[in-house]
Amino acid sequence: MYSEIIMAGFGGQGVLLIGKLLAYAGLEAGREVTWMPAYGPEMRGGTCNCTVVLSDRKIGSPISKRPHALVALNLPSLDKFEDAVRPGGVIVINTSLVTRMPGRTDVKVVALPASAIATELGTAKATNMVALGALLGATDLANMDQVKGIIAKTFAAKPKVVASNEAALARGFEAGKSVTAKANN
Amino acid sequence: MAKKLMKGCEAIGEAAIKAGARLFFGYPITPQNEIPEYLSARLPQVGGTFVQAESEVAASNMIYGAAGAGCRVFTSSSSPGISLMQEAVSYIAGAELPVVIINIMRGGPGLGSILPSQSDYMQAVKGGGHGDYRCIVLAPSTVQEAADLTQLAFDLADKYRNPVYVLGDGLIGQMMEPVEFKTEVDPKSLPDKPWATTGCKGRKRNIVNSLYLDPESLEAHNWALQEKFARMACEVRHETYNVQGHRDVLIVAYGSVARIARTAIDELRDQGIEVGLFRPETLWPYPDKALLDTVAQTGAKHVLVTELSCGQMVEDVRAIVAGRVPVEFYGRVGGMIVAPEELMAVTRRLMGLPPGPDAPVDMPKMQISFPLRGL
Repeated sequence: MYSEIIMAGFGGQGVLLIGKLLAYAGLEAGREVTWMPAYGPEMRGGTCNCTVVLSDRKIGSPISKRPHALVALNLPSLDKFEDAVRPGGVIVINTSLVTRMPGRTDVKVVALPASAIATELGTAKATNMVALGALLGATDLANMDQVKGIIAKTFAAKPKVVASNEAALARGFEAGKSVTAKANN
Repeated sequence: MAKKLMKGCEAIGEAAIKAGARLFFGYPITPQNEIPEYLSARLPQVGGTFVQAESEVAASNMIYGAAGAGCRVFTSSSSPGISLMQEAVSYIAGAELPVVIINIMRGGPGLGSILPSQSDYMQAVKGGGHGDYRCIVLAPSTVQEAADLTQLAFDLADKYRNPVYVLGDGLIGQMMEPVEFKTEVDPKSLPDKPWATTGCKGRKRNIVNSLYLDPESLEAHNWALQEKFARMACEVRHETYNVQGHRDVLIVAYGSVARIARTAIDELRDQGIEVGLFRPETLWPYPDKALLDTVAQTGAKHVLVTELSCGQMVEDVRAIVAGRVPVEFYGRVGGMIVAPEELMAVTRRLMGLPPGPDAPVDMPKMQISFPLRGL
């Protein structure tokens, strides 16, 4: 197993956090993991991204020019990384903010209004969790229960946040799963 | 202890505490701010002291003073800040005091950028400040190694009473990886430092000094230092990867670039090309014999040095290889990072092969130099 994942959005959308959750899930599954934030000046107000690598072997480069999966929470993120995704890879887009569909036909696309779903569930802050759920539904990168366990641990002091994040994760997961199912049919 | 996900900077901070260090003096600069941030919270919990100094000049002189008093002490900074510390580092080396200095390198020269770089190699391994002195330089390639080498740095500093650098870059400092701390030292259990200025009641006073106005004394001091630096040669460390068997190309890289080279080597193997990697873990002393042995053992026709600089370590590699085989160089600078695809393309070019399927299209614009062929 070897997978490079880029998570991107604008500062404040929580892409670094969902990257960390995925990395922790990899660690709990006994995998080698790296998490690398783009820490340049673009972090303030502009686009923000991190790269997670999950592997069964020692990891070389912690940065990726050809990710296996992309989570794009806003349009600039899709513009920046769409072409880089490997053929056969996965692109998750937040259609609440991404106003176009990816042009790629050689990747699996999970398009869902993550921000709208999160708002409907009570807080737009959980947009990132909807997207993470979608990624997990469309791939076998991590086990849902493990990720839920990590969310529970991360927000142990805030039970309400745990509940809303888990709900958001589950909604995203269903959407990701249904795309996978369609692709299989 | 279970493995934890930590940023390289945080792991370095915790490793220093696990090594028994209880004093940190520093001044903020990106991309190493997580070190002082972590220590400002953590040191008070273990009875230590964190001081944010008014400048790097002040911080470096604070570690000079604390080391003179026999304390396990360290500082951290990034390239421009490390330049400001060079006067004190020279004094510390002259006064023969143990300190650890963490440099999480960023792009230069000048203020440069905040992104990863390896362009302080020369400054770290050739002295950096004025006068004839050397510092041991340790170059971690993973977060685990950043922790392990930081702990080792304190022991080496004490062993030789000399400054030791841990030379990382923004990649190592900012990335998170699993890390585990294998040992923990009780500061009280550290060996005595009979030379330290701890109060001279009942004994002859100790003096910490780097001033020797009498030329004969200063010459004798210098030769004694040189003899000490020669003894440090036994501390060389290195790692090799995929060097069993003949290799047309042997890549030499350190720190974060070495792990990127490892990815390139794995992907080249998928194309039927076997390439070896030599990674120095100590940049001074340099593992010169091991490098020559690896070149001989692999029968390499080309040594390819790759760095996030315009070519610094390559000078040492060329001096060591001394014309036995051509030593080529590939570098990216300014915060740009060498990509595995670039190393694959350069390797294929060296071997006279056409570019591979994933060769970057903008390759010709990139910095490639093949000078000194056959030296």
